[in-house]
Amino acid sequence: MTKLSRALSLSASALALALAAGTASAETIRWARVADALTLDPHSQNEGPTLTLLRHIYSTLVSRNADGTLEPSLATSWEIHPDDPSIWVLTLREGVTFQDGSAFTAEDVVFSYERVLHESSGFRAIHADVEGAEAIDDYTVHVKMSGPSPLYPNNLTNFFIVDKDWAEANDVVAPQNFAAGEENFAVRNTNGTGPYKLVSRDPEVRTVMEAFDGFWGDAPAATEVIYQPIPEAATRIAALLSGEVDFVQDVPVQDIARLEQTDGVKVVTGPENRNLFFSYDMTSEKLRSSNVDDNPFSHPEIREAMALTLDRDAIQKVVMRGQSQPSAAPLPPFVNGWTEEMNAYDAPDVARATELVKSVYPDGFSVQLDCPNDRYLNDEAICQAVVGMMGRIGIDVSLNAQSRSLHFPLIEKWETDFYLLGWGVPTFDSAYIFNFLVHTREDSYGAYNGGKYSNAEVDAKIEEIATMTDLEARDAVIGEIWDQVMEDRVFLNVHNQLLAYAVKDGLNIEVHPENQPTMWTVTFD
Amino acid sequence: MIAFIIRRLIQSIIVMVAVAAVSFALFRFVGDPINSMVGQEASIDDRQALRDSLGLNDPIITQFGRFIGNALQGEFGISYRLQMPVTELIMQRLPATLELALVSGTLAFITGLGLGVYTALRRRGVLSNVIMTGSLIGVSLPTFLIGVLLIWVFAVELRWLPSNGRGEVVSIGSWWSTGFLTTSGRLALILPAITLGLYQMTLIMRLVRAELLEVLRSDFIKFARARGLSARAVNFGHALKNTLVPVITITGLQLGSIIAFAIITETVFNWPGVGALFISSVRFVDVPVMSAYLMMIALIFVIINLIVDLLYYAVDPRLRVDRAAHSH
Repeated sequence: MTKLSRALSLSASALALALAAGTASAETIRWARVADALTLDPHSQNEGPTLTLLRHIYSTLVSRNADGTLEPSLATSWEIHPDDPSIWVLTLREGVTFQDGSAFTAEDVVFSYERVLHESSGFRAIHADVEGAEAIDDYTVHVKMSGPSPLYPNNLTNFFIVDKDWAEANDVVAPQNFAAGEENFAVRNTNGTGPYKLVSRDPEVRTVMEAFDGFWGDAPAATEVIYQPIPEAATRIAALLSGEVDFVQDVPVQDIARLEQTDGVKVVTGPENRNLFFSYDMTSEKLRSSNVDDNPFSHPEIREAMALTLDRDAIQKVVMRGQSQPSAAPLPPFVNGWTEEMNAYDAPDVARATELVKSVYPDGFSVQLDCPNDRYLNDEAICQAVVGMMGRIGIDVSLNAQSRSLHFPLIEKWETDFYLLGWGVPTFDSAYIFNFLVHTREDSYGAYNGGKYSNAEVDAKIEEIATMTDLEARDAVIGEIWDQVMEDRVFLNVHNQLLAYAVKDGLNIEVHPENQPTMWTVTFD
Repeated sequence: MIAFIIRRLIQSIIVMVAVAAVSFALFRFVGDPINSMVGQEASIDDRQALRDSLGLNDPIITQFGRFIGNALQGEFGISYRLQMPVTELIMQRLPATLELALVSGTLAFITGLGLGVYTALRRRGVLSNVIMTGSLIGVSLPTFLIGVLLIWVFAVELRWLPSNGRGEVVSIGSWWSTGFLTTSGRLALILPAITLGLYQMTLIMRLVRAELLEVLRSDFIKFARARGLSARAVNFGHALKNTLVPVITITGLQLGSIIAFAIITETVFNWPGVGALFISSVRFVDVPVMSAYLMMIALIFVIINLIVDLLYYAVDPRLRVDRAAHSH
């Protein structure tokens, strides 16, 4: 080979390399969804879109995969202290730097714990069992719990780590306090260890992020992310069809079929960590909205009749256009405690259901159903369908569908007889459902127990599983609780929601069960 | 004159306080912001504590008094939703709305005037009939539908214009941002401006046509024709001039409506103006932003009406005579 040809081939390969690098470094993903993050403060708002955006800038100690399993992130391992079951030992990743260049160490984790436990934090309840965190050395942290908490690492997937020095220098040691009337520096400025750093942000208009070259993980294929909230569904879909965005996260159910047939666009669907169910007040002596003198829901026959007349398959087919997983179990299949038996349901039997209602109330009874109309997929339409189904068996249901800001206070204040609720399980364990929905309302328990369900035996078991370290025995108790809850028909479950993402061809995004898609794992064909 | 202005100012302040009171009474029916502000894990005690610290448990009169007190100092608090000072949030969004309102107002005035004159002068022409029928669409189709149709045709099918947003903006000074100076900013203005201005355009067109037909029938036009003036001089020099007074008044008053009713257009086109901000705030029950927005809209209307009143006073001597007669 002559010198010249060698030089030529060398420069050719250099050119090829440069070109390859050039294409790799120029991938931008334009991402639209219904709402913007409320704030960039990592410990202020425990809210879906806020968490999704923050995840790109701040890393967590532990992260959750699209299949629902836990995966190391800033913590490489976590185990219970051999001598004290109430201490979690976290081993931290070495060589991680924040976006301002400072090193990540145990003191940042300890500081983040102080910040997340602060009075104005939106995540305090998730870490309610934490008594404090202590740095043992630069890469080991002991988290002291109030008692054994075997499943605590599940609560770390939304816990973002901030830099202690940065927070102190900018006077943001505590999250935003609304009552104080001042804006916090961290609302619009960031310094995380995540895969992207913030380039610019115009709230509710556009947020631009670029790959952080000091990221501890693999460099992302998408080097620039442009995030754009588009609240109006028709406009959001139009922006995808006109090629102005590459990825639409919130696809309306009615558009899925059409988008699937559109060239250049594909729809990916997957189960969401959220179940939709009805619940009712089965404890009060008399209902607020019923025409009978006792409480119809206190009769097991009535609850059975309601389960028998609920036609889940019809709701799936007609209301959801196939985009749901009907089930009788009020929890998604990937949550610990779910069983095949709980999930199964009988075909509707209107004749039998009518008989059951007649056996208690020969003339039937009336009741009001409270339903949100802007919270879940087709929430109001589901309720309307159920009004018709209940009407067939002599239950005269009047529908009260209203905005979420009016609906949820009804549940909180016990001002509803019969209501629709959707519930996600961020810890992927049944205890989360029991704590909020099944346990008698007292202290931090039962905040969403709108039906006043109260069973002392069940309460004792719920408190017991919180500190059980033998996971097999614990699962057995969870099974016992579910048996009782299903027997009492505390919930009338409709279905498990499905998520649909629409993306342009050539882009691969996985549906995340918590609706937390990550742009740094996106690949391009 | 001074007494007249002072009287008008006092009336304006009463209107502002009334708007504040009505909107405050309405907020009680919008719902509870707390659930949007805390995660689902928050305990009932935590929720109560936040409610207390924001003063949401106080009697409505106390809350109203506090709001008026703060508003007088120009202090509207922190947005519950976006955690930014409300005044800054609204000032950031206002340029987008004002630019859109200005462009669509101008567009509506010029086209409305042109088409109105044409249809009045060529009353029986085929094209006039087409325009008059077509204008029914502008009056009767909801803004929402027009916006979606325009997006469908020009953004999705033809791909000539952007479907949403404001394009690239350039900052002028500390708080004004403009889309006029960039190509993408100007392109992004076209569809929303047409959507927002269509109703006003048909209104102005029909008004100009009716007024012009009226004037053309009047005696002084007949005399002008009899004097042998050219059609051009009669139509534009005499007739049109005499129709413009009511048209300009209506257009001026409509400018306030354009700003206030930009809400739907802004939502459809994802236009980052104050209207879209208001809609998002309603969904979240962001009371500080909602109240500040309503006060701002009330202020705009009050100012426009005040200017119109003062102009009438200056222009129309009969008003002055009236007042003089009363004072005796």
